[in-house]
Formats: sequence, structure tokens, C-alpha cells
Amino acid sequence: MTHTEKTQKAQKTQNTEKAEKGEKGEKGAYEATGVPGPGPSEVPAGAPAGLDAHLVVDRGSFRLDVALTAAPGDVVALLGPNGAGKTTALRALAGLTPLNGGHLRLDGAALERTAPESRPVGVVFQNYLLFPHLTALDNVAFGPRCHGATKAEARAQAAEWLERMGLAEHAGAKPRRLSGGQAQRVALARALATNPRLLLLDEPLAALDARTRLEVRTQLRRHLAEFEAVAVLVTHDPLDAMVLADRLVVIEDGRVVQEGTPADIARHPRTDYIAHLVGLNLYKGRAEDHTVHVDDGPAITTTEDLTGPVFVAFPPSAVTLHRDRPTGSSARNLWQCEVAGLETHGDQIRAALTGELPLAADLTTVAAAELDLHPGAIVWATVKAAQTHAYPA
Amino acid sequence: MSSPTDAPDTPAAAADTLRGGPRRGRGRVRKGFGRGVPLPLLVPALLGLAFLVLPLIALLVRTPWHSLPDQLTSPEVWQALKLSLLCATAATAVSLVIGVPLAWLLARVEFPGRGLVRALVTLPLVLPPVVGGVALLMALGRNGIVGQWLDAWFGITLPFTTTGVVIAEAFVAMPFLVISVEGTLRAADPRYEEAAATLGASRFTAFRRVTLPLIAPGIAAGAVLAWARALGEFGATITFAGNFPGRTQTMPLAVYLALQSDPEAAIALSLVLLAVSVAVLAGLRDRWMTAS
Repeated sequence: MTHTEKTQKAQKTQNTEKAEKGEKGEKGAYEATGVPGPGPSEVPAGAPAGLDAHLVVDRGSFRLDVALTAAPGDVVALLGPNGAGKTTALRALAGLTPLNGGHLRLDGAALERTAPESRPVGVVFQNYLLFPHLTALDNVAFGPRCHGATKAEARAQAAEWLERMGLAEHAGAKPRRLSGGQAQRVALARALATNPRLLLLDEPLAALDARTRLEVRTQLRRHLAEFEAVAVLVTHDPLDAMVLADRLVVIEDGRVVQEGTPADIARHPRTDYIAHLVGLNLYKGRAEDHTVHVDDGPAITTTEDLTGPVFVAFPPSAVTLHRDRPTGSSARNLWQCEVAGLETHGDQIRAALTGELPLAADLTTVAAAELDLHPGAIVWATVKAAQTHAYPA
Repeated sequence: MSSPTDAPDTPAAAADTLRGGPRRGRGRVRKGFGRGVPLPLLVPALLGLAFLVLPLIALLVRTPWHSLPDQLTSPEVWQALKLSLLCATAATAVSLVIGVPLAWLLARVEFPGRGLVRALVTLPLVLPPVVGGVALLMALGRNGIVGQWLDAWFGITLPFTTTGVVIAEAFVAMPFLVISVEGTLRAADPRYEEAAATLGASRFTAFRRVTLPLIAPGIAAGAVLAWARALGEFGATITFAGNFPGRTQTMPLAVYLALQSDPEAAIALSLVLLAVSVAVLAGLRDRWMTAS
């Protein structure tokens, strides 16, 4: 399954899921049940709660420069391609990678000079990194133990966390005997057991197979919704980001390129990377009434009436291909293209087209056969104005 | 001259063979010589095998099996064997206490001159043991640069004592442990230590509660190698600690001495050392070769 398809599904399921998630009266449920134990949260009176960070990390040719703010209860997803700096940002928040500049404040307390072990930060690592020589219970008890609890207290707290994660019967199991989903929950319990004010999750679902993923994603969403402090998760999977997070921060090449709610980003992508992720053809141009003049390209007719720099987006499924120039078509947008490549895309064929307007088009296998599509073939593409979407750049 | 019982030439390689060998080979074993082994390789290979095995067979062939029980129950043999085991074990303990932290430092902390330090640590590995003994005398002997102060201030004399044996053996054996443990540490995922840090563990706590258990097999393998090397140590021991029965005369020294006066006793003593070596190897096999 490709990103685009997932994304389209995400968009569909998103509304219902957000509705469920809306009942955030549940927030603070963990706080209410009160896990005893030292939590290093010396909040100065009147200080702004939550995360206020400007992360600058210089690594020779690579520079990360990302501003990040979040209120308690927020779940923020850092989304971006591999090598964009998401994990570096997460490590900087945890203190595992030192900052070269900027600042990091959590509930008003400056943390940029604080050692990782003294930060009120919990991390769920990619591949979880459960200590292989300790049982699930002792993995979870590790944090409370380091924060000064006695062995018995730490174990009691850990047992409570495992119970909450529905893992009570696996308390005595070593990590290698746990399934991927169970290991993920143990890792989450371990991170939460120190009562962090900032929870970081690095690709929390990447290590799971497709079937487990769905179930674990749902559970994780519930646990994140109950978490009362700030949660930041890193992912390259738009579906994970959109299901789990209230807000997306898209990072490319060490910089924030777009920020907003999942719905907003899915509808109004501002870079090719995001457009590709959410499965849209995206062009930047200049609008004059209902016509958008694409930079170095043709004009696209849209329904929106705008002026100035804009983006135009339309899904590949909105593109219709013709072997010969269509005559009776009502479509306002007509371009001649050359097929550059074909790939299967679920039960459809996605054609990559070049020409005056490079675009992606989805069509059924039967249609592809009837059109005799092959790389190098010349086709005509039409898109109805009603299926395009223009918005200010 | 090399010491009478040479340990494997590099500990890391030996440890790798002991731990990783069978795992790597599993499922890829070629049956017999079916694929046709080239003669220019096969002949020297068999020659090499014979070269290594033949002396051991000769030792068994020439063993005076009739007088063996008497030889082995003589107080001199027991004395030397007890001293050998005691000193080798003590030397291994010393190596563990100071060698494991040294290995951690080399593997986990970046500091200027780390390459040089690693080279210095490895040096006793290739240094002729006799030279090691002389060097120890210069450092810890009664007139040595440190030894004179030990003598003057605390009245401590190290050369020609049982403690001296332990020091000489540890000097020669510790590099085996350090190199082996450092290799294991480098192979171990440092992200576990980061995970421990995010849970509130100080670096030392992370080392004690996470790293140490994770690298325990590597430490054990390194300790066994160091122990075996210490047990066979000859050159540094005789130079630094002398050859006093009951005090500094370990098995290898006893073998060497007996060979000149009583060859049968020498063979019997050698047989004991051989048996100990085989037992160590067998123990290692059970622990790390079949388990993995």
C-alpha cells in the first residue's frame, strides 16, 4: 500500500476519528489516577505550560533549524522524508543530541543545558529498545527506580502501568517473547512511568507489520489522547501522523515547510513532498480570476476566483486520459502528455506523465489496456475545473 | 623464545571464533569436499592441522601412564597447581576490576589520543613476556620508580612474592580481556544506554544496570581467555617473581624445571595443564557455542 492510498483512507477515517478524539474531557485521566513517584516538574508560577522550543543543530553539511511549540495535551507529529532531520529534532528534545543554538523550554523551565537523565522527558524509541535482559515489568520499573523509588515501589508502579496497557499477564516476559504490539505498549508504559512532561515517540509504528499496525495505532491514539502533557511523534507515514496527531509539522531538509491540522495539510499541500504524500498533483502559479498560470507551464482553469500567487491541486483520479484529442469533452483543462512510467497502485494503474504539465493520473487496468498505454505513448489528459482546488500560496 | 604455553594470538579473533563462529556458519555448511578443494590449499591446510595436533598427540603417547597417579599426587605438583589456579584467578579478577572500565573508556568515550591509548593497551599482547617482566621490575621492583616508594612508605615489596606473580600474570593477560570486552562493547547497541538515560539513569547506572548485563557474555569470554593466558604465563612471572616453590613457582615454571631433572614429572604436569585447557575450551563451547 502506498502513501497516497493510505492518505486517502486517512482523510476518510479522519473525521470519525477526530470526532471520537474530541471528547478530550478524558485528558488528565492518568493524572487523576495519580501514579505516585517523583516527577521533576518544578513549574515556576505563571510560566507558560507546555513546550516552547527552537532547535538548532549544526552537523557540517546538515543544519536543523526548527521551531516547535505545543500546549499540554497536544499531540504534534513531525512528518518528513528520510534525512529531513525529524529524528535529530527528537534527539535534541531528549537531550541526546546537543543544541548548537536556539532554546528549549518545557513548562517554563529552560532545559537546553540539562542532561538527558534529568529532563522530564520520556522517549519511545524506534524498535523500542526494551532492555533485553529485563522482564517487561522490570523494563517499566527501570525509570521509577532511577528516580529514587525502592525496588518494591517501582515494581508496584510498573505493574499498574502494565495493567493499564492490558499487559498484566506479560509482566514476567522478556522482551524477545513479546509480540511487536506488546513490545510497543511496554515501551510506552516504560516512557510514561517516569511521569514525563514531554513524551517523544520515534516512528512508533514503523517496526510493526501491517496487520498489527492498525490495532496498535488505534490503541496508541487512545493512550496519547489520555496523556495530559505534550507528546511529539516523528513519522514518515502520513497516515500515522494524521491519525495520531492534532497538529502536523512537516520538515524538509532541516526546516519546517508547513504546519497545521491534518485536514488542512491534506487539503492544502504547499510542497511537492506533501502533495506526493497526500496523493495530489500540485502546481504553483499566479491566479487571474478563474485561471491559474502555472510557473513555466500552461494555464489551469479553476472554480475559485483568486488573484496573486496560488497553489493548484487535484487528485490523480480527477485526470481522464484519451488516446486522441477529445472533441466533445466538457473539461476545461486539456493537455497533451507523454507517458513516462506506469506502476500498479492498489487495484489501479498510476501513470506518470510528462509534457507541458507533468502530472500523475489514475486509471483502471482495463482503461490502461484500451488506451494501449506504454512509456513513450502520447495521450491527452483532461481535468474538470470543478475537481481542481486553488488556494493562496 | 616464546612462552611454553602460547595462548591464541589475538583474543578478539579467538573470542569471535568462540562466540560467533557457529552462528555464522549455520545453514551454509558445505558437505564434505564435494565442491573440490584446490590441492595447493588442501595440502598446506592438512599440514597445518597436523602441525598443531601432532605435539599434543606426542604428549599423550609419551605420558608415563603407570607412574602418573604417583606423579600427580605428589605435594610439589599440588602446590604448583594450587598456586597456579589461585594466581590466575586473582590476576583475572584484577583484570576485570580495572580492565572492564578501561575497555568502556576506549569504546564509549572520545578523547584525544584514544588511538595511542588503545595501542599502549595492546602492547603487552605482543611484547615478549620476559620484557614485560623486566619492565615490571623497573616499575615495581625494590628500586623501581614506583616500587622504591612502596618499599619506603609502606614496606611493601612486590617482586619475588605471590602478589608479584599475580601482577605479572595480570600485566600479560589483561590486554586479552580489554580487547575482547571493547570489541563486545563496540558491537553492543549504544542506544540502550541512551534509552536508560532518558529514563533517568546516570551514565554509571546505565553502565551497571544495562550495559554490563548486555555484554556479560563478552566479558565472560574475555575473562576465560585472560585466565587461560595467566595460567600459562611463564616469562614475565619468572622474571618478576622468580621461581620459589610454594610461593612463586606456578605450573609452567614447575614444568620447565622438571624437564631438566625429571622429564616424566614434566610430562605429567604438562598433561594437567592440557587437561585444564581442554576443560576451559569445553566449558566455553557449552556456554557460548551451543547456546547461541
